[in-house]
Amino acid sequence: MTLQARPEKGSGIHGWGAYIPRYRLPLKLIASTWGWHEDQYKGLNVREKAIAGPDEDSTTMGYEAALNALKRAKIDPSEVGAVFFGTESKPYAVKPSATIIAEALGITPITMASDLEFACRAASEAMRSSIGLVSSGMLKYSLVIGSDTAQAQPGDVLEFTAASGAAAFILGPSSGASAVFEGSYTYVTDTPDFWRRSLQPYPRHGEGFTGEPAYFHHIINSVKGLLEELGLKPGDFDYAIFHQPNGKFPVRVGLRLGFTMEQIEPGLVTPMIGNTYNASALMGLARVLDRARPGERILVAPFGSGAGSDAYSLIVTDEIVERHDLAPKVDDYIARRVEVDYGFYTRYRGKIRLMPR
Amino acid sequence: MSIARHWRRRHNLYRLIGTRCRSCGRTFYPQAQRCIYCGSSDVEQARIDGEARLLSYSIVYSVTDEARYEAPVILGLVEVGGVKLITEITDASPGELEVGMRLEPVLRKVSIHGESGLIYYAVKFRPAMGGGGSGED
Ligand SMILES: [Zn+2]
Repeated sequence: MTLQARPEKGSGIHGWGAYIPRYRLPLKLIASTWGWHEDQYKGLNVREKAIAGPDEDSTTMGYEAALNALKRAKIDPSEVGAVFFGTESKPYAVKPSATIIAEALGITPITMASDLEFACRAASEAMRSSIGLVSSGMLKYSLVIGSDTAQAQPGDVLEFTAASGAAAFILGPSSGASAVFEGSYTYVTDTPDFWRRSLQPYPRHGEGFTGEPAYFHHIINSVKGLLEELGLKPGDFDYAIFHQPNGKFPVRVGLRLGFTMEQIEPGLVTPMIGNTYNASALMGLARVLDRARPGERILVAPFGSGAGSDAYSLIVTDEIVERHDLAPKVDDYIARRVEVDYGFYTRYRGKIRLMPR
Repeated sequence: MSIARHWRRRHNLYRLIGTRCRSCGRTFYPQAQRCIYCGSSDVEQARIDGEARLLSYSIVYSVTDEARYEAPVILGLVEVGGVKLITEITDASPGELEVGMRLEPVLRKVSIHGESGLIYYAVKFRPAMGGGGSGED
């Protein structure tokens, strides 16, 4: 399908922000606690994972990322007409985090607000929907938040990478944006690679489905679809960012699509902090925007189990330069680290249940 | 704190909304109908912000069962934009605290009502990123 004019071009990212909690659990401590051979995690290309403190959840982390995005957007919070919160670790099963964040930021009451769920790509669905809302002129600014305190069954291989973090973006009209959307593309199918049933604390994964039929199939199709629609090739981009369930998949999918390590490396954050689920690829995008120069072209492709992937192309504008230092950068949060042990981790993440007296 | 009381105070708790007295010009926290200094009822809401510093602190090791997950709890006397308030200090272990250190506000969980009740959020303070020391940046 060819559109007469790409509506994406009427929208862009005005502000971006991230948040990473300060606690870090080295993977070697998970392996020694549960008796894994070191080969089980060494191939993942992840050194340690970020874990939220005991008074943090996806709402508080999303709030701080959103505050940073608002600072860079330099707009009055009341101008935001939609708040979308993408997570798979909602503090409440029923009661939106989006309204708590909107209230705390001073965005309420004249705004849309909702929490979205699609494993790791809910926030990306929010981004694509916001492009439509903003470019149609229905509202001026939309706040997109991806935030997760990812949980894994103790002893499960997922525990090596399930981490905590958040990323947020203020989308608005292309005029005045730090980076303008050039195109977007979505590819979804029903795939049983990863799920969590209602009332269950930990997710399950379908062995044999997580790699090729899920992650690689969907990202390759969304990126190829986007490149075809836009008539672009990998060499036309300065950066290529992919969902990062571990440190090896994004490199492998990028190289397979024809991108180079030079394009992939700046957006790679999972090796340093683990997989932050809804914030994974979007944190990579925030890190790239932290350093991007006017005129550069960015490809970003989030993925979520179940399964689907979106691909976006963005062109950086002159506006970005003065916004780089208006809020802490992803690397500032990566540098703010305190190493903890497995005992701390089980207490902080509520894995030890205290009996009511 | 009851559901209704937290809800009424949510702006004070989420955004540090305090009170400015139009009679004597002083600002304080939390919000009140009358000035705590001169008794005037000619008061307005004011957001408490600006540079924050740790004036004093107390480390509480004996906490309620509910707070055991985050023990020890650090209570700080904080001066923010000229207003003094008592608040929880987060993202810090006792050894990292220093009187005079720069702080910054963050939104955190302050209370959780059991397995099925509400989760209450409010502003706490943490050591400022990029320079928690008492010196300048
Ligand atoms: Zn007064």
